[in-house]
Amino acid sequence: MMRVAANLAGLAALQVRRHPLRTGLTILGVACGLFLLTMVEAMHRGLQQATAAVPGDDRLVVFRAGRFCPSTSRLPERYGNAIAGLPGVTAVVPVLVLVSSCATGLDVVTFRGVPEGTLGTAIATPEALVAWRGRGDAVLAGPALARRRGLAPGDAFEAAGMRATVAGLVRSPEPQHRNVAFAHLATVQGVARARGSVTQFDVEVDDPARLGEIAAEIDALFAAEAEPTRTAPEKAFVAQAAGEVLGLVAFARWVGLAAAAAVLAVVANTVLIAVRSRVQELAVLAVLGYGPGAIAVLVLCEGMILGLAGGAVGVAAAAATLHLGGFSLTSEGMSVVFALDTGLVLTALAVTLLLGLLASVVPAWQASRTPILAALRGG
Amino acid sequence: MTAPLISARGIRKAYRKAGGEVVPLDALDLDVPGGEFLALMGPSGSGKTTLLNLIAGIDQPSAGSLVIAGTDLTRLSRSQLTRWRGDHVGYIFQLYHLLPVLTAWENVELPLLLHTMSATERDRRVGLALDLVGLSDRGDHFPRQLSGGQEQRVAIARALVADPPLLVADEPTGDLDRENARAILALLRRLVGELGKTVVMVTHDQRAADAADRVLHLDKGRLAEPGTVPA
Repeated sequence: MMRVAANLAGLAALQVRRHPLRTGLTILGVACGLFLLTMVEAMHRGLQQATAAVPGDDRLVVFRAGRFCPSTSRLPERYGNAIAGLPGVTAVVPVLVLVSSCATGLDVVTFRGVPEGTLGTAIATPEALVAWRGRGDAVLAGPALARRRGLAPGDAFEAAGMRATVAGLVRSPEPQHRNVAFAHLATVQGVARARGSVTQFDVEVDDPARLGEIAAEIDALFAAEAEPTRTAPEKAFVAQAAGEVLGLVAFARWVGLAAAAAVLAVVANTVLIAVRSRVQELAVLAVLGYGPGAIAVLVLCEGMILGLAGGAVGVAAAAATLHLGGFSLTSEGMSVVFALDTGLVLTALAVTLLLGLLASVVPAWQASRTPILAALRGG
Repeated sequence: MTAPLISARGIRKAYRKAGGEVVPLDALDLDVPGGEFLALMGPSGSGKTTLLNLIAGIDQPSAGSLVIAGTDLTRLSRSQLTRWRGDHVGYIFQLYHLLPVLTAWENVELPLLLHTMSATERDRRVGLALDLVGLSDRGDHFPRQLSGGQEQRVAIARALVADPPLLVADEPTGDLDRENARAILALLRRLVGELGKTVVMVTHDQRAADAADRVLHLDKGRLAEPGTVPA
């Protein structure tokens, strides 16, 4: 049985291969749809990775209350010592964020000015760290930023009024580290004319269960100050900061659904036309002993092959585009890096296979009911 | 006495058409022994193609019994009839009906794809069938690259490849010039003589009918009396 099914799949593949124009156009249509769907889902996955809380998250972000853009959030650097003194706080990193734009964009450069000694080998290789510490204008570039701007160690670039030299690349898997350039805090403070100020504090706690409690303690500590704080778990903070991106991605997913529907229509149209133009051939196959089931399997296989081939091209194009382009959506200094992983590739291919199958159900049913004698006479 | 390969008793075929019932075949009895080359002749509308389609298992009679190789086709469901057809009948069309996007080899291979045999065995059988029709060097040619006579020989190889006991041919020489027609008829004769196949052929052409062992004439859905030829 399996051998016969494999034989029929092989015959369907031959039919697909031997109609190169029709197949090529269909694959192009499916590929466009799957390209779009994959890009949208990669954006959605990136957003999930950046914003979905997972057990074990132990980081808080302390921001200026009532401010949203890093350019306007200013907190005194001295707050860091007070935060570090709170029970349960294990590390405090003052960060001055300098962005090329507070608006949502695909090519926003975000400098994160941090003190020397706060970056370890989890962020970059020892050689890159040594090179970074050796120059005041040195930055460690996140992989997405480096790919997008074509940056390599030793390259210089300018953004947000700051000239920087790439000392090395970031190797941290953290979503928020993939699209930033780690710079020296003093250098960024100089460029931003913000001596003694920072944008935020990144705080680590010893017990993830106490994130909310410690956040409240931090905000209470500075409630009476001229620069009060708003503290939130890092991913909740990203979700809030990237609110525009959330809306955009939600809308884009509808576009992705429309792309899937378009794929369904393209394959269904092609297979239906193929079946109608081959009525006589189908009747000949029926005369040769091909039953309704075998003929239906042939047509279903054709649809699945077209779907899978187009899907593979579309997913490959999306992967190549994302790899070469290093795209990320940045809003208010927070980045959502498009995440195309093996899981998404397999899901996209399964979806396109299923769409090919669904698109061929009606044509397969029609083909299996071809009236032999009438079809033979029709030719 | 050996039972005939084909035994038809009281065959009637009727279908409804606007304006009433059409009866292309009525009260037809027929026996065809195995290994016979039978030609069916008759004017247009005499019912010969309808009879051929019943014998080929493409259609089913409205009444009567039709037993071929021990199976009463009137008792088979549509799917059983399809399976039976694949195992017992090789059909040769007037217009060859090769699939244009497949090579000669792939066209001949088509009936075997429904069997669970290995690819090696399939290749062996296709090679033998093409060799038998004298086209072993044309396996990689597409139908458009073959002459009419060659196309019909590929179609015969396709009809033969699953080794069915019965070959039915609907005007197999109707689209060929005299020389190619003669070659095809000689090939059919060889299949009867050397391989013991039973051939039932519909033809308008007396020269083609002359190649058969026996010629039956149909007229208005009935077999004409032996010795009489309908006008």
